[in-house]
Amino acid sequence: MMRLELVKRPQRSALFSALSPFIAFALTIIAGAIMFALLGVNPLTAFRIYFIEPISQVWQLHELAIKAAPLILIAVGLSVCYKANIWNIGAEGQFILGGIVGSIIPVLFPQFEGPLVLPLMLLLGMVGGAAYAAIPALLKTRFGTNEILTSLMLVYVAQLFLDWLVRGPWRDPQGHGFPQTIQFNDSAVLPELMPDAGRANWGFVFALVAAVLVWILMSRMLKGFEVRVLGSSPRAGRFAGFGLNRMVFFAFLLSGALAGLAGISEVSGAIGQLQPVISPGYGFTAIIVAFLGRLNPLGIVAAGLVLALTYLGGEAVQSALGISDKVARVFQGMLLFFVLGCDTLIHYRIRLIGLALTKPQGTAKLEVAPKLKEAR
Amino acid sequence: MKKLLIALMTTTAALSLAATAEAADKLKACWVYTGPIGDFGYSYQHDQGRLEVEKALGDKVETAYLENVSEGPDADRAFERLAREGCKIIFGTSFGFMDPEVKVAKKFPKVMFEHATGYKTGDNLGIYNARFYEGRYVLGQIAAKESKAGVAGYIVSFPIPEVVMGINSFMLGAQSINPNFKAKIVWVNSWFDPGKEADAAKALFDQGADIIVQHTDSTAALQVAEERKLHGFGQSSDMIKFAPKAQLTSLTDEWGPYYISRVQAALDGTWKPDNVWLGIKDGAVKLAPYTNMPDDVKAMAEATEKKIAGGWNPFTGPVAKQDGTPWLKDGEVADDGTLLGMNFYVKGVDDKLPQ
Amino acid sequence: MDITVNILLTIATAATPLLIAAIGELVVERSGVLNLGVEGMMIMGAVGGFGASYLTGSPWIGLLAAIAMGAVFSLLFAVMTLSLATNQVATGLSLTLLGLGLSGMMGTRFVGQPGERLPNLDIPGLTSIPVIGRLLFGQDPIFYISIALTAAVMWFLFKTRTGLTLRSIGDSHTSAHALGIHVIRYRYLAVIFGGACAGLAGGHLSLVYTPQWVENMSAGRGWIALALVVFASWRPWRVLAGAYIFGAVWIGQLHAQAFGIPVPSQFLSSLPYLATVVVLVLISRNKRLTMMNTPASLGQPFVPDR
Repeated sequence: MMRLELVKRPQRSALFSALSPFIAFALTIIAGAIMFALLGVNPLTAFRIYFIEPISQVWQLHELAIKAAPLILIAVGLSVCYKANIWNIGAEGQFILGGIVGSIIPVLFPQFEGPLVLPLMLLLGMVGGAAYAAIPALLKTRFGTNEILTSLMLVYVAQLFLDWLVRGPWRDPQGHGFPQTIQFNDSAVLPELMPDAGRANWGFVFALVAAVLVWILMSRMLKGFEVRVLGSSPRAGRFAGFGLNRMVFFAFLLSGALAGLAGISEVSGAIGQLQPVISPGYGFTAIIVAFLGRLNPLGIVAAGLVLALTYLGGEAVQSALGISDKVARVFQGMLLFFVLGCDTLIHYRIRLIGLALTKPQGTAKLEVAPKLKEAR
Repeated sequence: MKKLLIALMTTTAALSLAATAEAADKLKACWVYTGPIGDFGYSYQHDQGRLEVEKALGDKVETAYLENVSEGPDADRAFERLAREGCKIIFGTSFGFMDPEVKVAKKFPKVMFEHATGYKTGDNLGIYNARFYEGRYVLGQIAAKESKAGVAGYIVSFPIPEVVMGINSFMLGAQSINPNFKAKIVWVNSWFDPGKEADAAKALFDQGADIIVQHTDSTAALQVAEERKLHGFGQSSDMIKFAPKAQLTSLTDEWGPYYISRVQAALDGTWKPDNVWLGIKDGAVKLAPYTNMPDDVKAMAEATEKKIAGGWNPFTGPVAKQDGTPWLKDGEVADDGTLLGMNFYVKGVDDKLPQ
Repeated sequence: MDITVNILLTIATAATPLLIAAIGELVVERSGVLNLGVEGMMIMGAVGGFGASYLTGSPWIGLLAAIAMGAVFSLLFAVMTLSLATNQVATGLSLTLLGLGLSGMMGTRFVGQPGERLPNLDIPGLTSIPVIGRLLFGQDPIFYISIALTAAVMWFLFKTRTGLTLRSIGDSHTSAHALGIHVIRYRYLAVIFGGACAGLAGGHLSLVYTPQWVENMSAGRGWIALALVVFASWRPWRVLAGAYIFGAVWIGQLHAQAFGIPVPSQFLSSLPYLATVVVLVLISRNKRLTMMNTPASLGQPFVPDR
C-alpha cells in the first residue's frame, strides 16, 4: 500500500504556479481520451470539436464572451469574500434579485425611455443584489448565523420569488398567459458590442473592468490588505484595528452588487425580458471559477473563459458527435478535479511513500500560524 | 504560436468542409430539448419522435439534438449552432425557446424552424402543438365513473394556459358524468421532481381523493396509487409498467408521425411554415390502452375518444366560468386563441388560480 | 385517525433520506471536514442502488450497492481534500457537478424501467395494531436504519473514546496531531462514512421513495441535508428533529394546498427554506451553545508537518 505525503514548500513555487494549469490540462486530455475512446469516439476528433472549433469562429467567440461574462463578474466578487474567509455561496440568489430589481423600470414604467434608463437599471440591479446579500451579512454580524447556509437558503427563496413575479403581478398581459414579462423597450436593452459580428454585449466589458478594479483594490490598496489580514488571521486583524463586522458587510455588499450587476446585464442584454429562470446556475458555477482562478481577479478572467469554453465545447460534441450532455459534464468535472489537485503542487511537494507504520511524530509545540495561512 | 493556430484552423476548416461535403445528400434534422432525454417524460417523448424519424427515413436523413438547454441565452446559442452546423430543419420543443428561435430564424432564412407550444410565427418558422386537453376530457369522464369518493387529486406543475386548459377540460368531462365531481389541486412548481410528486399524491389521497391525475412528468404519483391500491392516469408516456394495477390509461404524446411528415416535406421541398394544433384525430394525442376498469367505462371512454376524433370539441357550450358568469353559449365552441391564452377556471374547479 | 397516521408515515418517508445524509455529513463535519458534495454522492447512490437492484432483481443488493457507491465516490473527495489538501468548498461543489453528470451517464439504460420497492416491515400481530402498528412496525427497512444510525452516531460521538478523538480532531487538528493522532486517517474514515450515508440516502430515493431511476432525481435534497447539519448545531438528535420538522413543513404545504388554502404556492414552497433561516438565527443567537458544538477547524485543510 502506498501513501501520499505532502511536504510544505518554504515558499510557493513559481514554476508550478505557472505549470500547474498545463499539467492539469494534460491529465484531463489523457483521462478524456480514455473516456472518449471507451465511448467509441475518436479522441482526436472529439478534442478538436471540444476545444478548437468553439474558438475558431468569430460568432462563437462572441458566445464565449456572453457565457463567461456573468461567471467572471460573480466570481470576482466572490474572490474578495473568500479571501476574507467569508463564505457567500448565495450569489445565485443575488444574481436573481439584481435581475428583478434592475427590471423594475422597464417592466413597471415601459413608457420611460432615454439614455438615463440603462444606467439607472444597472444601478438598481447592483442595489438589489447588494441588498439581498446584506441579509446573510446582517444575520452573521448580528446573531453569528452561519452565512454559508443562510445565503444558500435565500437562493431558493429568490428563485421562487422570481417565479411568482413573472407568473403573477409582472406577467405580460399580451403574452397569452405565458410566464414572462413584457419585452424591454430599446433603451432598456444593453447594446451589443459589435452587432455585425456576434451577440456579445457590454456585460463582458463590465466583467473585465470589474476584474481590473478589484485586482487593483486587492493588490494596491489598503482595503485589500485588510481583507487578506482579516481572512488569514482575524486576531491579527483586530490588533491592527480592522473591524471584522465591517469586513463582513463590505465583502457581502461588494460581491452582492457584482452578482446583481451580472444579473441585470444578463436580463437586459442577453434575454431582453424576465423569465421564470434567468440563470442556469451561474452563481454556483462562479464559485468554481473563483477557485480555478485562484481567487485572483485576473486569473478569474482566464478561468471564466476556460469554463465557458467547456460549455460551448460540450454542446459542440453533443450536436456533432451525438455525445450526450452528461459526458460533457463529466469531462468538466474531471478538468476541475485535475486543476484543483495540481494546484497543490504550488504549495507542496508530493512524496509517495510505502505504508508508514510509524506514528506521526507529533511536533509537541502548537504551531497555529502556518495553519491559518493555508486556510486562506 | 500564431503559425500553429493558423495551421490548426485550416485543418479544422478542411475537416469540417469534408464533413459537409459528405453529408450534402443527407438532410440534417435537429432537435433542441429543454430537459434531459432521460426524464421519461416530455423531452423523452420528443426524442422518441426523433428516433422514429431516423427509423422511417433511414439513409435520407441524419439527426442531431441538444438536451438540457436552458431557456435564455443558451437557447439562442443552441439554435445558432445547429443552424450553422448544417441543420436544414430544426425543432425547438419548449415554450421558452420561442423568442430565441424567432431571432435565429430571421438570421438564417434558408433553414426551416419549427417551434412547439408557442404563438409566434415567421417566414421560415412554423409552430406546432398538441391538443392534450382533448385527452383530458376523456380522463375526466373515466375519473367520474371510477371514483367512489367523487374527488380526484390533481397534481400540476405551473399555471400556464396549457395546464389550466387541461384542468378545465378534465372538469368538464367529469361533470358530464357527475355534476358534483370535485378535484383537489396541488401545484408542485416543477415539471419534474419525483419525490415531491409522490408526496403530493400521498397528501391528495390522504385528503380523500381516490384517483390521481397529473400534469407533471414523472411516474412517482402512479407508483403511490399502485401502493395504495387506488387508481390514476399516466402522463407523456405509457407508464403501465410502473403501475400495472393502478393505471387506468395514460395521456401520451406521439410526436413521431408529425416529425416524419415535416422532415419528409423538407426532403421533398414542400415544407412551408404552418400553425398546426394536433389532436386525437391526428394521432399526436393518444390514450394508452384502457386498463383496470369495467367494460362499460371502457366503452364510454372509447366512444368519447371517437367523438372527439370526429371533430367535437370538449369546450362546447354551455360552459360557465368559475364565478358563474357565462362563457360559452349553448353550442358555442371556444376559439383556439382563447384556449391558447386560457387563464381562468370553469365552474366547479375548487382552487384559486395562482395569479 | 387514519389520515393522521398516513400523514405521519408520509413525513417519515420524506424525512428519512434527509436524516441519513445529514447524519453522515454530521460525522464528516465533526471531524473538521466540510463536504459540499452530498448532492453528488446521493445521486450516485441512487443510480448505483437502482442499477444493482435492476440487474440482480434484488432491492437488498441494491441497498448495499447504494452504500458502496456513495462510499467509493466520496473517496475521490477524500483523496483530493485530505491527501492533496485542495480547497474543500470548491472540491465539494465539483464533486456534485461530477456526480450529476456521471450518474446520468451510468443511468441511461435504466430510464423508464420500473424498479422493485424494498418491502415494508410486516410483523404478524404487531403491524396490524391500530394507529401505532403501522408507525412502529410497518415502515420500510431504511426508516429503521435511519433511526438506529442516529442513535449509533450519538453513542459513538459522545460515549466512545474514538468518538471523542474524532471530535477533538474537528476542534483542533493541530493539537490532535501533536498528541500523535492520525488526523488524516480519521478524516478519511469520516468522509467515507459520510459518503456511505449519502449513498444510502440516495438508495432510499430510488428503492423506496420513488422506486425508479431518473436523472437529477435527488432534486436538491443533498443541499437540504447540509443545511440540517448546521440547523442542528452538529447534534445528532437535533438532526433527527430537524429532518422531521422539515419533512412536516414540506408535506404540510402540500396538504394546505389540497385543502384549498389560497396562498401562492411559491410562498408555500419557500417556507421550508425560510424556516431553516429562521431556525439558524434562533440557534445561533445562543452563542455559548453554538461555540460549544461548532467544530472549530471546519473546512480548513490540514497537512501534517514533520
